[in-house]
Amino acid sequence: MDLKGIFEIIKSIDGVDLDLESNFISVSPASLLELADKLKNDRDLEFDFLMCITAIDNGDSKSFTIVYNFYSNKHSHSCEVRAQLALEEEIPSLSDIWKAADWHEREAYDMMGVLFNGHPDLKRILLPQDWEGYPLRKDYKVADYYHGVPIPKDKSYWE
Amino acid sequence: MDLSLLERFEQDNIVVEKLDTLINWSRANSQWYFQFGLACCAIEMMAAAAPRHDLERFGAMPRASPRQSDVMIVAGTVTLKMAERVKRLYEQMSDPKYVISMGSCANSGGPYWQHGYHVLKGVDLVIPVDVYVPGCPPRPEALLQGLLELQKKVMTETPLRKQVV
Repeated sequence: MDLKGIFEIIKSIDGVDLDLESNFISVSPASLLELADKLKNDRDLEFDFLMCITAIDNGDSKSFTIVYNFYSNKHSHSCEVRAQLALEEEIPSLSDIWKAADWHEREAYDMMGVLFNGHPDLKRILLPQDWEGYPLRKDYKVADYYHGVPIPKDKSYWE
Repeated sequence: MDLSLLERFEQDNIVVEKLDTLINWSRANSQWYFQFGLACCAIEMMAAAAPRHDLERFGAMPRASPRQSDVMIVAGTVTLKMAERVKRLYEQMSDPKYVISMGSCANSGGPYWQHGYHVLKGVDLVIPVDVYVPGCPPRPEALLQGLLELQKKVMTETPLRKQVV
C-alpha cells in the first residue's frame, strides 16, 4: 500500500496530516498513541516493525521533530511519521506498543533531551549517568572538565 | 647489550653480564599484554596477535586479567566514560607496568580531536604512556615495532639500583 492509501485509513484521527512533498505523515503529540494503535492493529496496515526513531533539533532551540519509521513485514509497506515538539514538552512513549521503541527513546533522551511520557526506564543509554547537557542539541557547549579530566578544545591547551 | 644472548653462548656456554641485564632481558621478552580493545585499532591488534604477524614470537601474549599483564596496549578511542575504567585497570596492573598507546585516537583524540565532546584527547591525560604508535589504525607491523621499541626501553632500565628521584 502506498502512502496515500495508508493516509486514507488513518485520516479520521485528529491532528494527522499528509505531506506529499516529502512523503511523510505528520501527527500532533496528543494523538500519537491513537495513531500508533491504528498503525499496529489495523488489518490493512499491520506495522509490526518500528525501524527507527530520530530526534531532530530544528535549530531554534525551541522545538524538535521526532521521526518514526515503520515497516510492515506482512504487507511489505512502510511509512514515516513525524511529530513536532516544543522544548520541555512531553511526547507519549511507544515502548508499550513496540518494544524496539524502548532503547530508541532512551537514545533520543540521551542525545537531545526529548522527554517520553510513560517510558518504563527513561535514563541515559550511552553517556555516563552524571553527564550534563544533551550533546546533539544545537546550543550544546562542551564542558571544560569531566571528573577532573580536561577536555581541550584547541591546540592552545598544549602550547 | 643486544636482546639476543644466544650468540654469546657460543664459546663455553657461559656469559658474564650484570644481573640488571638478566632481569631486563627476561622482562623485555615476556611482555604479556592486557587483552582489551576499544575500537578499530583492536582489530589490528588481533591481526598482530594472529599467526601471520604473531606477536608471541616476541614473547607477548594476551592476558585477560590486569593482574597478570605487564603492558597495556590502549587500542582505540578512549571515551571520557571509558577513561575512568582505563585508569582503574592500569592501577590494577602489578609493577613493572608499561603502556603502549596505539593509534591516533589514543595518542591525541585523532579524528575526534575538534568535535568529539565525549572523547579523551590523548590517553596520556590519565595514564603515563611509554610508546606511541601512530596510524589510523596502525598496521600490525607498526604495533610490532612499537613493542620492539618498548623492549629497547625496558633494556635500559636498572631494576636493582635505587631510583634517584
